[in-house]
Amino acid sequence: MIRIANAQLWVHDQDEALAFYTQKLGMEVRADVTLPEMGDFRWLTVGPADQPDFAIVLMAIPGQPVMDPDTAEQVRSLMAKGFAGTVFLTTDDCQASYEELKARGVEFTEGPEERPYGIDSGFRDPSGNSLRLTEVRLPASV
Amino acid sequence: MAFVPPARHLLRAKDAADSRYFEPLGVDDLARAAGLSRAHFSREFRRAFGESPHAYLLTRRLERAAALLRTTDRSVADICFSVGLQSVGSFTTSFTRTYKASPTAYRAAFPPASRHALVPTCILRAHGRPQHRTFREDKDGALN
Repeated sequence: MIRIANAQLWVHDQDEALAFYTQKLGMEVRADVTLPEMGDFRWLTVGPADQPDFAIVLMAIPGQPVMDPDTAEQVRSLMAKGFAGTVFLTTDDCQASYEELKARGVEFTEGPEERPYGIDSGFRDPSGNSLRLTEVRLPASV
Repeated sequence: MAFVPPARHLLRAKDAADSRYFEPLGVDDLARAAGLSRAHFSREFRRAFGESPHAYLLTRRLERAAALLRTTDRSVADICFSVGLQSVGSFTTSFTRTYKASPTAYRAAFPPASRHALVPTCILRAHGRPQHRTFREDKDGALN
């Protein structure tokens, strides 16, 4: 059986991302390993405490030899423009999670609103990545 | 802290258009959200996203209006004001130019949109926003 273990998200600054995903979103650090023999590459993963088998890899945009400067600049620019990816989060109670995250300083781009599939809201991480926070309530007919 | 790419500030303005379109919001307000002067902001926004901030905000409003026409029975005037536009006449003109149908004709062409029910709204909004159209294709945006 194939399962999802990690999914990667580019981030502008790993320390900044780590603080956001742990202190503001309340996730836990799963791995934080720096390899001096590989140019200080840092494998950094976080995930929700209640979901131990899935983690997000907070990946710094690498320099050479992994990525040439032009490519790195393109990725950095795409991320800053908000086109590098989206993480879809779910919650049991969108309004309560919204209040909680807002109190911790998360800036929402969309507050909780009723949608056909539940209650949905959205915000960005410091890098510009989009995150959705949804209380899924599927209609009985579908 | 690492240097923040300029586009990250432009994204704040784009987010403001997406989240506050129903307010009487203009390009000046978007420039403020990005922390840039208006002229510089419009130039940089166009360079980053390929269209002027004015066009982005207008097409966001038209996209929201089209969604309300498809999914509610609210009046055209009510929809116009609720997406942040102030003139029903201008709204009808922009809408008709963009969707090739008047608001009422557009509404009549759609069945209930229940087949969209499971697609996240952020996706519908991103993909449903129309391309900006103008009568003066060449000059547009240089002014905005």
